[in-house]
Amino acid sequence: MAAPTLRVCALYPGLMNIYADRGNIAVLRARCEWRGLGFSLESSGLGERLDAERHDLLYIGGGQDRDQILVAEDMVATKREALHAAAARGAVVLAVCGGYQLLGTSYQLGERKLAGVGLVDLWTVREPGPRLIGNCAIEADLGTGPRVIAGFENHGGRTHLGSSERPLGRVLKGHGNNARDGLEGVRRANVIGTYLHGPLLPKNVWLADRLIELALGVELEPLDDTMEDAAHLSARRAAGL
Amino acid sequence: MRTVAGVALARGLRLLVRRLGRGGGTTLPGRVLLRFDRGAIERLGRRLRGGSVVVSATNGKTTTAAMIAGVLERSGRPVVHNRAGSNMHWGVATALLDAGRRPGEIGLFEVDEAWLPAVARALSPRLYLLSNLFRDQLDRYGELELVADRWAEVVAERAHGATLVLNADDPLIADLGREHRDVVYFGVADDSQALPGLQHASDSKHCRRCGHAYAYDAAYLGHLGRYHCPNCGRERPDPQVYAERVELRGMSGSHVELVAPAGRISLDLPLPGLYNVYNALAAAACALELGASLEGVRTGLEGTAAVFGRVETLTVAGRPLSILLVKNPAGANEVLRTLTLEEGSLDLWLALNDGIADGRDVSWVWDADFEVLAGRVRRATCSGMRAEEMALRLKYAGIDGPIAVERDLGRSLDSAVADGDGAPLYALPTYTALLELRDLLADRGLARPWAG
Repeated sequence: MAAPTLRVCALYPGLMNIYADRGNIAVLRARCEWRGLGFSLESSGLGERLDAERHDLLYIGGGQDRDQILVAEDMVATKREALHAAAARGAVVLAVCGGYQLLGTSYQLGERKLAGVGLVDLWTVREPGPRLIGNCAIEADLGTGPRVIAGFENHGGRTHLGSSERPLGRVLKGHGNNARDGLEGVRRANVIGTYLHGPLLPKNVWLADRLIELALGVELEPLDDTMEDAAHLSARRAAGL
Repeated sequence: MRTVAGVALARGLRLLVRRLGRGGGTTLPGRVLLRFDRGAIERLGRRLRGGSVVVSATNGKTTTAAMIAGVLERSGRPVVHNRAGSNMHWGVATALLDAGRRPGEIGLFEVDEAWLPAVARALSPRLYLLSNLFRDQLDRYGELELVADRWAEVVAERAHGATLVLNADDPLIADLGREHRDVVYFGVADDSQALPGLQHASDSKHCRRCGHAYAYDAAYLGHLGRYHCPNCGRERPDPQVYAERVELRGMSGSHVELVAPAGRISLDLPLPGLYNVYNALAAAACALELGASLEGVRTGLEGTAAVFGRVETLTVAGRPLSILLVKNPAGANEVLRTLTLEEGSLDLWLALNDGIADGRDVSWVWDADFEVLAGRVRRATCSGMRAEEMALRLKYAGIDGPIAVERDLGRSLDSAVADGDGAPLYALPTYTALLELRDLLADRGLARPWAG
């Protein structure tokens, strides 16, 4: 049987890329190619339709306020149904930072209320307090036992999960969803959202591999991750862990 | 009275710090002075009979200000200048300790992007030189559009009688001059320098007026280029001072034909890269506006050597060590582009720190196009507080030479220098790593301690 291909779709890569989100795509690509798996990358931007059947992993990153507002309106108008259908058939959705905020039901930005695509039950409010900024580490279990995800968060919004919703992990260091409940991100089946922004997968290649496994339904062979493990420890140390 | 006492105290402190031989004393005296007298910048600024010039940008502030000072000083104009690059308001205050000693003095201050509003309010500058805005230290500055909004407020509120010298090629900057009476634009007018497309880390993609995506007829550097808005018709203003026939010569500099209302000059710039062509254009436009002659501009720009760490070359254990500050994607991309113009395979030493002055968030290394060096690196050594993450970035960029990791700056530099045969070693430190490197080399007698 031919090796499977990871078919990735980057949502709004021209607008939602503020913290070097492409690092995540680069890591997914390299780790597929090093194992002889195929990798393909498409994108879907403003006004473009999304084919629910076409992708194994959908990625959306963070953006400036102005761009995020444009994206929020467009995503509800042109991609909501396809996103729900893709999630229902088990495609992985990884939403980071600003993209994460748009997964839920709403994002209240001062006077303005942005509607989300409602893939998960959560809502976000931009409060007058300081932005939540800094290195961050959480503990998450994606079916292979508890592991650490280390990264950096920088968000003005505070996110609250609905009562039936599960977080991606619990905060070990940093702020997480709202700096109050000790929870970070969201996970419902293969839909994952997190405030650990930008190049999150380079700092946590175990997570990159796990997402590939979930997206393709395969088990991956290990790679020589000496440098990757050292980088992960460096990011953990920066978070004080 | 408070100012007089504060100045005396701060000057004494500066002398003491300099005697101790560390840190140059560019920060502490100003901090003390401002603690003593919050209005010190305003009061001391009034002593500058030639008025003040403020220089701000994400990239190139220190070099551009050094170029302007080079031109003005060569034409005999006394300048008060925060030349060490200490560019928050205490750095400006420290520099002002020397104000008022010579007639006709002009204040020349590079100012941190976030501090520009406060410093401009205190100094009421006669000229604002605003050069570029790129994504940089989002954890400290916040979003780029917000910085641009704050600058627009300053221009609207404070700059009525002042001259604006603006980069026509940066839409975020050019737009600041839209309703201003006295504006000089500078830019590049040579399509041979155009990139195949906008770089990944390009920032200002949407019209400041109507929000529609800009169309680029040529992109020179990040989002700098010749652009227009297909929706509302806004377009890059025609520059009065511009560069034609740009020829980049790798690390050895560039040749530029510079055109200004006063005439045309041929320039051999000692500093490399298109980013330094922009710095030179900015400095030329500013100096001409301040009354310098074209010939004065030429000798000043050709005579401005590297500011420490901005493409300076030293000799360490018999090897040339070229130091190129990298601190954000746009700046790093220009450094990397310059390195690709060098012959043969390269020896690199990179130091990635995450101090407050670097930005605590090191995500940005994934926005810089290290991929352009794939297949071109003989050996890379990564150092600094986040050395391992720098090394990983190189691995995924396809750098195939061996990549060594050693957090300690001194030890890693020694091993990088030792592994080589006299060929140049290119050092790419972030800002606080550059300061450490400077102290390290000064301790070894290889670099001058910081003059302040």
